[in-house]
Amino acid sequence: MRVGQQPVIMKQKGLGTSGSGHVISLRGITKRFAHVVANDGVDLDIRPGEVHALLGENGAGKSTLMKILYGFYHMDSGSILIDGTEVRIASPLDARALGIGMVFQSFTLIPAMTVAENVAMYFKDQPFALNLKSIAGRVRELGATYHLMVDPSASVRSLSVSDQQKVEILKLLVGGARVLIFDEATSVLAQHEISGFFEILQRLKADEYSIIFITHKLAEVMTCADRITVMRKGKVAGTLMRAETTEQNLVKLMFDEGLQPSNTARSDQATTAQHEPLMELQGVSTRPKGIGIQLVDVSLHVNAGEIVGIAGVSGNGQRELVDVVLGIAPPMQGKRLILGEDATAWNAGQIREKGVGFVPDEPVRMALVPWMTLCQNSAIGNLDAYVRAHGFSIDWLAVEKDIAASFEALGFEPLPLHMPVQRFSGGQIQRSVLAREIGRKPRLLVAFYPTRGLDVRSAEAVGSVLTRLRNEGGGVLLVSEDLDELVSLCDRLVVIRQGRIVGSVCHDAIDRHAIGYMMTGSEVSR
Amino acid sequence: MKHRELKNTLLRHGIVLMIALTAYAAGLLLAGKNPVAAFVDTVSFTFGTWYGFSEVCMRMIPLLLTALAVALPSTVGLINVGGEGQLYMGAWLATWGVITFPNLPAGVFIPFLILLGFVGGGAWAALAGFFRARGWINETITTLLMNYIAPLIIGFFVYGSWRSREPGASAFPQSIAFPPAARLPRFFNSRIHLGMVIALILLAVFWFIMEKTKWGLKMKAIGGNPEAARRLGFEIGPYIVGVMFIAGGIAGLAGMAEVSALYGRLRAGFSPGYGFMGFLISWMAGGKPATIVSMSFILAFIFSAGSLLQITQGVPFAAINILMAMMLFVVLAKPRLPGVKR
Repeated sequence: MRVGQQPVIMKQKGLGTSGSGHVISLRGITKRFAHVVANDGVDLDIRPGEVHALLGENGAGKSTLMKILYGFYHMDSGSILIDGTEVRIASPLDARALGIGMVFQSFTLIPAMTVAENVAMYFKDQPFALNLKSIAGRVRELGATYHLMVDPSASVRSLSVSDQQKVEILKLLVGGARVLIFDEATSVLAQHEISGFFEILQRLKADEYSIIFITHKLAEVMTCADRITVMRKGKVAGTLMRAETTEQNLVKLMFDEGLQPSNTARSDQATTAQHEPLMELQGVSTRPKGIGIQLVDVSLHVNAGEIVGIAGVSGNGQRELVDVVLGIAPPMQGKRLILGEDATAWNAGQIREKGVGFVPDEPVRMALVPWMTLCQNSAIGNLDAYVRAHGFSIDWLAVEKDIAASFEALGFEPLPLHMPVQRFSGGQIQRSVLAREIGRKPRLLVAFYPTRGLDVRSAEAVGSVLTRLRNEGGGVLLVSEDLDELVSLCDRLVVIRQGRIVGSVCHDAIDRHAIGYMMTGSEVSR
Repeated sequence: MKHRELKNTLLRHGIVLMIALTAYAAGLLLAGKNPVAAFVDTVSFTFGTWYGFSEVCMRMIPLLLTALAVALPSTVGLINVGGEGQLYMGAWLATWGVITFPNLPAGVFIPFLILLGFVGGGAWAALAGFFRARGWINETITTLLMNYIAPLIIGFFVYGSWRSREPGASAFPQSIAFPPAARLPRFFNSRIHLGMVIALILLAVFWFIMEKTKWGLKMKAIGGNPEAARRLGFEIGPYIVGVMFIAGGIAGLAGMAEVSALYGRLRAGFSPGYGFMGFLISWMAGGKPATIVSMSFILAFIFSAGSLLQITQGVPFAAINILMAMMLFVVLAKPRLPGVKR
């Protein structure tokens, strides 16, 4: 058990550095996940009494960095200094003992318990008989000081989301945190609650609390931050004073233009035959569901022979959009057309039958049965084609032949046909799904973050498959958070934010800055 | 692969037998008897005489059917623990048929009873399937709890309107005697009845469907990854309800067969927990049809031995229930068995 373990102070730094004025200094933090370098030699300094925004696209490494600081992940190399002293943070308990607290995007409260009980839960050393009264007293006292008024005896279930967030903050304050990390704190709040939240931050700041604020929203950064560190692809792209920067500057740092990918993929572009749209959504809205995003009045079409990209910060309705296109979710309002037919009431099976294929971000969870072989998984993707004797028999030879042919046609190395797919690597699994879906000769392929978690070679393979399908007259709807990927592959880019389509650009007119503004909802775009 | 699978299966059978024998011996020692002598007696009776052997086979019939009623839903990821209730409801509807149409000819009566037994158990289970398909209640909970309702429904009828008024029979809570045309045929001068044929055919069909057909593959896909199946356009809801209906129907056949072939009357509490034993067997067999047959035989043997012990040695039958519970523990702990890797 590491519960009782105290953070280990590794070595005492010289007296001079402790006066550096930094509560936290991160030096050369590097963290790898399998093939991906999430953090690459990151340096970051946090001063007392500042709001420090950590800005960047999804996957830029912001959350990873903060989870390392909070002891959630272990860094591969680098060091963490607190008040100039190097420390080892092996678990969130260590981080808390050092005065670091974190508010996660999804709250960690227990709905059935009261506010005071939830706060009490946060401490590891509680007496056998809880002294909830004194905790309630602290909650009230801190609540009055920092505008965090919440009734300590109320059950968390009965609180609004913004009040729950207050409880999360109170928990950290009662626990003695000096550095508060917020992960996308405003994403759960309504517009009018956000200003209240910023007020709380200002009060905390005034009492020398340090606040780290992870976000991808430019407007908020410009409102509340003192200093801004922009991260891009695991590295620090720059640290700026808010007062000395502009939104344009930040966008440039976030969406780097130095690395223009080669456009070879697009050079062999098919003649843009403008047929009837393969798929069209007309003013589609969906029912809000749980924490999902509600689509509002979405109109979108994909023609034959084009790749339409959906750009957006992830979690802005992409999943919901794809579910509507595939027939997993029904449109509440509006029309869905497939190959010109009204498909509003169709289910997933009917839409798939019409030649719509799907490549998901997590194929093991969403497209395959892990313990089944490649052959079996290929068969279930196109069962009706292989059925003999009215369903009493399956033509396994044809399945084998077709999947092998599909692998060959796509230029993939062959994989063992009779091995459970769960033994394949991520790239091999995604190739299997691609080969299956392309093998069906789809009219429209919906690719949902198809390269997420793949190494460069596999990602390129996916890209060339999509291009090829387009050139052969198929349509592709490509959802991605990688702007480079979208720009290099797409004929048309559609930007989605908060479940709405906020912009659409043809490939020749793509301006990364403009798209960046549209994705982040920055003021400048309006 | 094949070799290891075989070893695994043999190991499982061995463990079950070992536990049974050990518990058997312990029970006898506690009762002050000589376990070796009793063991020799039991084996020579069950394997040495046609009567003893046929009784074991007769006991297998409801076990085969109720085990299949668990194995089938497990292919789509459903856990049906309601075999007992479904068995009762099959018997109930079949008895309704006998009471309402007592004068059908045998050629019609038997298929009619099979249909009623199937529909009775099937509808009972489909209800749980429907709730699950709508996402309302988990089928494990509903099927388990419905086990307690079904025997009460039987009780309501056999203590009430269906109670036999025949002299001699009216002392017990049971229905009128089934007419001879409504009795399932028996074979080989024993109590082995038509249920055995039905059970073996159904197991073979189950194997064929799962291994060879489109529907088996779809069911495996739904069980293996419902999310992927949904995205591939498989109709998961209808499959859940349909599979539960068929599974319940199979358990219902067990109830119908017991009542029609063995007792010739519907009796309150006629099942000594066949539905639960079927669950145990299906889990021990890993849902494989051939293993279900061999496991059913072992459990039927234990069951017969228990009855024998009760009569000859005075060991209460509850000892058998304890034994079954112990085996279930072992089965559930199977992934941790040394040398058996998943």
